[in-house]
Amino acid sequence: MAGTSLVTARERALAVLGGEPDDATLRRYLHGIPGVDAVGLEQRAAGLGTRSIKTTSKAWALDRIISLIDLTTLEGADTPGKVRSLVGKALNPDPGVPGTPRVAAVCVYGDLVPVAVDALGAAHGDPDDGAVAVAAVATAFPSGRSSLEIKLADTAEAVAAGADEIDMVIDRGAFLAGRYGLVFDQIAAVKEACRRADGTSASLKVILETGELVTYDNVRRASWLSILAGGDFIKTSTGKVQPAATLPVTLLMLEVVRDWHRLTGQRIGVKPAGGIRTSKDAIKYLVTVAETVGEEWLQPHLFRFGASSLLNDVLLQRQKAASGHYSGADYVTID
Amino acid sequence: MSFLEYAPAPESRSILSLRDDYGLFIDGAFRAGRGTPFQTISPASEERIATIANANADDVDDAVAAARRAYERTWSRMSGRDRGKYLFRIARLVQERARELAVAESLDNGKPIKESRDVDVPLVAAWFFYYAGWADKLDHAGLGANPRALGVAAQVIPWNFPLLMLAWKIAPALAAGNTVVLKPAETTSLTALLFAEIVQQADLPPGVVNIITGAGDTGAALVGHEGVDKVAFTGSTAVGRQIAKTVAGTSKKLTLELGGKAANIVFDDAPIDQAVEGIVNGIFFNQGHVCCAGSRLLVQESIHDEVVDRLKQRLSTLRLGDPLDKNTDIGAINSREQLDRIRELSDVGVDEGAERWTAPCEIPENGFWYAPTIFTGVQTSHRIAREEIFGPVLSVLTFRTPQEAIAKANNTPYGLSAGIWTDKGSRILAVADQLRAGVVWANTFNRFDPASPFGGYKESGYGREGGRHGLGAYLAPASVGGAQRRIETTDATPRVESARRARPAKKGAAK
Repeated sequence: MAGTSLVTARERALAVLGGEPDDATLRRYLHGIPGVDAVGLEQRAAGLGTRSIKTTSKAWALDRIISLIDLTTLEGADTPGKVRSLVGKALNPDPGVPGTPRVAAVCVYGDLVPVAVDALGAAHGDPDDGAVAVAAVATAFPSGRSSLEIKLADTAEAVAAGADEIDMVIDRGAFLAGRYGLVFDQIAAVKEACRRADGTSASLKVILETGELVTYDNVRRASWLSILAGGDFIKTSTGKVQPAATLPVTLLMLEVVRDWHRLTGQRIGVKPAGGIRTSKDAIKYLVTVAETVGEEWLQPHLFRFGASSLLNDVLLQRQKAASGHYSGADYVTID
Repeated sequence: MSFLEYAPAPESRSILSLRDDYGLFIDGAFRAGRGTPFQTISPASEERIATIANANADDVDDAVAAARRAYERTWSRMSGRDRGKYLFRIARLVQERARELAVAESLDNGKPIKESRDVDVPLVAAWFFYYAGWADKLDHAGLGANPRALGVAAQVIPWNFPLLMLAWKIAPALAAGNTVVLKPAETTSLTALLFAEIVQQADLPPGVVNIITGAGDTGAALVGHEGVDKVAFTGSTAVGRQIAKTVAGTSKKLTLELGGKAANIVFDDAPIDQAVEGIVNGIFFNQGHVCCAGSRLLVQESIHDEVVDRLKQRLSTLRLGDPLDKNTDIGAINSREQLDRIRELSDVGVDEGAERWTAPCEIPENGFWYAPTIFTGVQTSHRIAREEIFGPVLSVLTFRTPQEAIAKANNTPYGLSAGIWTDKGSRILAVADQLRAGVVWANTFNRFDPASPFGGYKESGYGREGGRHGLGAYLAPASVGGAQRRIETTDATPRVESARRARPAKKGAAK
């Protein structure tokens, strides 16, 4: 999939902000957004979590969850062999059950993008068309503590190697210090670095690292900031900081995406990442998406799960639905 | 397929083993009533559930006499600690049978299972746990040392939260040492009768709790009975007024929890998404059959359109249908009579010039249903802004300044509850201070806790339920009665015997 074009993103930001995206303008805008009541937000998320998804709805949900997964390995110990194994799993999650959908993408560190691209071969492509994309974390993931030059080089290298999607981290220190202009400029610059020689652009996921932003008001402001600066997706977490994705945080980000769509007509994706391990939890996210922004968001270009162990739990649930009994961890493959 | 058309997820009815007909629960046992029995139906399907006995004046006599005997011989002589043990046991039994009670409540009342399961029944247990803890601490209830119980309490409860209202009434009454005769609403007797089974299971001494079923005449006979020392009523203002007249000039103590027309005030700096949730919860929770419902939305003029837009969008996601389906948000209206009243007042709203908007949802063929409805352009003079509709109908009004909001909020004969939505803490305190309402919620709505007193101003009634205040409604300061009780406690022989007879048996304790 292709990211939105940079020119329109900037023009849109200027129109929404009514001025240059400097600290003062952004501060005025972001602090003018209505606040978040934590108790109410969590109550709503808990309410959505009580939806009971059964029989045909559950079967549909399980398949859809698989097709929305960014199957992820982000370890210092990752090797080409590990990534090839991951790609094998991504293409054929459950060899014993024909018709199991493929995941949306594999998500790896930048240096392993060529391995993933090579392993995918002809299956590499747009997940909305049933192919599997390659996502790369970039910009000095997970801390983001590096110079802009290095972040841009990191991004450009991954894109050049064939990454379709870039998962960048924002500078949380700058955000918390109120240097919104700096964060905006960095996201916009990374967005520019996502551009390919042929004029197309890799899709940009902006990781807020909500566990470090701590308050819901911060999450809401960072979400708006990331979208204004041109992010195609907003993503909760790196998975390296606790808490990672939570249902209330994801609900809040979906509300921002809904409001942005109402304001501009543009659809932004949301990716909760880290900590979603069971089908039961993942179904709660599907419900939250469908009831907040609408069912049309349940497509790979608008919603993803950043997860690794989730996939096997979903496969076990699918097997149970087919056979009527639970099997066990050895009936699904490790990747 | 559409994911949002969630597949049916009905809670199973098999957990319920209902009898075909229910008698009156008097003196620890079920017995036939002497009035003409009536049917209780499920408002969602109009199917018959069971036949319910009807108590006539003689039955009321028997129930009050049983309560009097239990009060004099057992309950008033028992130590607070032992009364507490019984209440703790009831609370645990409610928890153990929670699913069954929730299914019965949704079946008989029409409220969604997610509400009976997640709100009503957990609060019932919480109420008994809370007041169980008070039973041996009455010296700290604010009435000085050795406060005394009042005697026999006549309690009449409404149909909107059948089991919860029972708990609000019975728990503090028993903790304080009173015995009770309770009459549930005619359309929702079922869970009160299941509660009677729990009372038996808990080995509560016979006559401490008596449950008589019937219609308005049974209730009138009960509150008018000369053997009653205390009357507690929750229900409509019209009936409350009659009861006040009946009780006037007698020695009976009275608490009334009546209607409401609460203002839910949304300021322009409110956390908007949560405010929308709060508005929805305020008026569409329990189909709007809530006396403290936020039925008047007062929204600051500058954000009126945005709030109404968001509200409509949110209401479009509500699911109306089978109360036993776990995904149902809006259940059935409790009775045809109530449905007619909601329709009548809504039509008046249209005639008066307000603009009606109804959430798009399919109405089932059988049963009593009313889709969530909002009226915009409502003026303070409209009947839909003044009268309690007691249904899923919201009237939206605007204001420009905090003073105007307060004036409009208070401009009602009622005064049960109110809500304030703003990010500004100082404004919450300043506005709450000037609202004449018994409960004021800030940035939330319809939250209940047994430790928090609940009750109204003006035509919303008098007295408080819940908390220490709710306990006080069932106690009198030690005076002559206190002295009498002290004399009783020195008379050791009969007291020990009766207490031993009444003390929870070991078999029961292990349950």
